[in-house]
Amino acid sequence: MKLSTVKELLNAKVISGKEHLGRDVFSACGSDMMSDVLAYVKDQAVLLTGLVNSQVIRTAEMMDMVCVVMVRSKWPTEEMIDIAERADIVLMTTEYRMYEACGQLYSGGLIGEAVRRE
Amino acid sequence: MSEPLVFQFDVDGNDFTSAGRASVQVKKLLRELGLPADVIRRVSIAMYEGEINMVIHANGGVAEVRVDERDITIILTDRGPGIPDVNLAMQEGYSTATRSIQSLGFGAGMGLPNMKRYTDEMRIDTEVGVGTTITMVIHLPQPQ
Repeated sequence: MKLSTVKELLNAKVISGKEHLGRDVFSACGSDMMSDVLAYVKDQAVLLTGLVNSQVIRTAEMMDMVCVVMVRSKWPTEEMIDIAERADIVLMTTEYRMYEACGQLYSGGLIGEAVRRE
Repeated sequence: MSEPLVFQFDVDGNDFTSAGRASVQVKKLLRELGLPADVIRRVSIAMYEGEINMVIHANGGVAEVRVDERDITIILTDRGPGIPDVNLAMQEGYSTATRSIQSLGFGAGMGLPNMKRYTDEMRIDTEVGVGTTITMVIHLPQPQ
């Protein structure tokens, strides 16, 4: 699924990284606990979260994720936007709550591979 | 690459927001060395978890990364409180982090297990009241 489709399905507003909306993604994960995100390795993932701090973007960067979606209309800090821009991570915000946002992407076809631990 | 490359970073213990900066730099340096993406990811995640731990528990410290032909070695040294029971600390879900740290997305008792999961060797040298040194080794794929 292209990130532009992620944006459409979530009716999201893109805050940074508009130029990367043509990228393909194959899986996503939703969590407010960054250590849980770090425990599972997937490729080309999207991170959905309701957490607002710089470590959200760093976690995505460490995991080679290409997109962070903030749910419940959360808005990132300036530092988060800055880190995302430097790491070429697309940052968007959606009005959907976590459960609904994940459901939209899953039913839209972003199913991804089964969870695997390295 | 006959001599090992050594990178050293100070980890600021007073600023949770800046935690992870050293890991970001290491990731960049390893990319410039042309190492495989999965190796870089494992090193970055292990070091990042370690860095977060140093900020949460130990008021910062020093991170050193050595790269030679066979391995990448990460050495994290702090002068924090030490770990009284290493076996307990290694259990997934066990954490001494405060609720305020958990509200920041960490402190779920996954840090040390994640560090072990992503590295080939991990050693914890710790003394209560003195500090902790964690040494992690990731083997580089060798040409056949």
